[in-house]
Amino acid sequence: MMGRGRLAAWAIGLAALVALPFVYRDPYHLHILVLILIWSFAYTSWSMMGRFGLVSLGHGGFMGIGAYVTALLWNHLGWSPWIGIPIGMVAAGVLALIVGYPCFRFRITGHYFVLVTLALSGIVLQVITATRDYTGGSLGYTPNRAPGNKLLALQFDDKITWYLIALGVWLFGIVVWHWVDRSMARYALEAISEDEDAAAAAGVDVTAEKLKITLLSAVMTALAGAIYCQYQMFITPDTVSGIAVSLQMVFAAIVGGLFVSLGPTFGAVITILLAETLRIGFGTKAVGWDNLVYGVLLVLFIIFLPKGILGSLLDRLKPQRKVPRAHEQEAVQIARPGT
Amino acid sequence: MQAFLDIFDIYLLEAVINGILLGGVLALLALGLNLIFGVIDVTWICYAELVMIGMYAMYFMVQHYGISYFVAAPLTILLVAVLGAALHYLVIAPLLTAPPINQLLATGGVLFVLQSFATVAFGIDFRNLGIRLPVLAFGEMHFSYARLLSFLAALVGMVVVYLFMTRTFTGTAIRAISQDRQIMALMGVDTKRIYLITSALGGALAGLAACLLVLQYDVHPFVGLSFGPITFLICVLGGLGNFIGGFIAAFVFAEIISLGGLFSDLEWGYVLAFAFFIVMMFIRPAGLLARRR
Repeated sequence: MMGRGRLAAWAIGLAALVALPFVYRDPYHLHILVLILIWSFAYTSWSMMGRFGLVSLGHGGFMGIGAYVTALLWNHLGWSPWIGIPIGMVAAGVLALIVGYPCFRFRITGHYFVLVTLALSGIVLQVITATRDYTGGSLGYTPNRAPGNKLLALQFDDKITWYLIALGVWLFGIVVWHWVDRSMARYALEAISEDEDAAAAAGVDVTAEKLKITLLSAVMTALAGAIYCQYQMFITPDTVSGIAVSLQMVFAAIVGGLFVSLGPTFGAVITILLAETLRIGFGTKAVGWDNLVYGVLLVLFIIFLPKGILGSLLDRLKPQRKVPRAHEQEAVQIARPGT
Repeated sequence: MQAFLDIFDIYLLEAVINGILLGGVLALLALGLNLIFGVIDVTWICYAELVMIGMYAMYFMVQHYGISYFVAAPLTILLVAVLGAALHYLVIAPLLTAPPINQLLATGGVLFVLQSFATVAFGIDFRNLGIRLPVLAFGEMHFSYARLLSFLAALVGMVVVYLFMTRTFTGTAIRAISQDRQIMALMGVDTKRIYLITSALGGALAGLAACLLVLQYDVHPFVGLSFGPITFLICVLGGLGNFIGGFIAAFVFAEIISLGGLFSDLEWGYVLAFAFFIVMMFIRPAGLLARRR
């Protein structure tokens, strides 16, 4: 599927990205780049299931679990993030299974699925706030500074290291995306998103396929949360969990374009640059303005450009490429108004 | 030991009654959401944010302009009703033929807009009405008048909606549309008008809830998040669009939250409610009152 030329383009682009921090060292711009990469990874993780019509608003919960489990294990038990991050990912995976299984087993789709996952992220927020004796509640939480080995504690002071880590994680996300894109699971999930009964009749194990992609997506989102926590060294329930974060993921993925691998990344670039520009432009008055613009844009995008900027651009550039996949035309519910 | 049991029972009874009082307001919110869903087939993710705007309206009218509570309340209800109609007209109407998830996400965008609008316009301070209603002592149990008043007002509100739905022509048309969308247009019912009226009605219910909640809670831009998720849980548990199911589910949830709060923090009551919800999804996935297939 991926031609020689595209592979070469990827390789050159990647080399440029790796080389970038050694040539250009402005800390502020590197900081923005790291944030973009980490959030891109989170958005890509979300779009893994979002593109198959499994719209989850619970990913804020998974991200919060990844971040808080890692930080809590480090501060209270002294467990290195190298152990804490996998535990956080497993915890998010277990929660995804607990919520996902009844949803998929009993055919909870559409509105119901969105509402259930929405409640999930709300509840994770409540739990983090409720256990304020351990998590610091809404005031936020800071992992302790490591006295000795920086590598063991996964705490680095220079931006270049973080840039490379974030780049690696982001690349991992893209690779997984392509891996899913070329797997049998994709065809199964596309069939499911078009017609569950027909897919089941054709021998697709609907529950198992949905659970697998949900598990993958949740675990990756938890990783994003943990990396974010290690990089920022400060987390609050509102920045890593809750409904706002979940909606932010959906928004960025939709703006960028759900059905292309770089779509969520594109969305992250746009949304983070937008937020930063507004923040610099308005100064401290900006509190709230970025979300106000986000919200208006989200509504406008869903009404007028549901395929996202990158998705629409690629469509425009290559009209002769092929007939759009059937599921992109209608069945994946985000795709297009008017089925 | 006997003394311990006596006290325990009193507290238990108090928690049970407080749960019922809390359930009234939750039932009101669930009714509004169910109405919108049942008739227009859309879920307003931003429903709790409409309530938040209503609470701010109450706060400013009562605190800043010195309008009496009982004059401000109808104005707030009217304001939020207009907001609901505007939400339908501006956001939902262009998306009526779009896939349901798109409509839902668009209202998610509205959630962002309302929250950040409140942040920009009113700041993130916690504000309250400054009205302190007395506490009613009944034997050794204590109930706040605010809760009692909310419960009664919520009940009255629901009865009014019930009468409107069963006794008026418009109400009958609304119920008919929720049964069959296509046919009713053929029967000469102006669907667009009914949708707009329903949205305004849903908004009015949110406005009423705002008037009642502002008596008990401080208002801040993110206050919607503290009862929004629980409202969605209630509606799903009761069966989306099922009015009676939502009513019962509201009280079940309120009891769990109240009783859970008795043994530990209030937030743990919410967590317990969520655990209960997941268990119920295994047992009755289509809602409490769903008929067995």
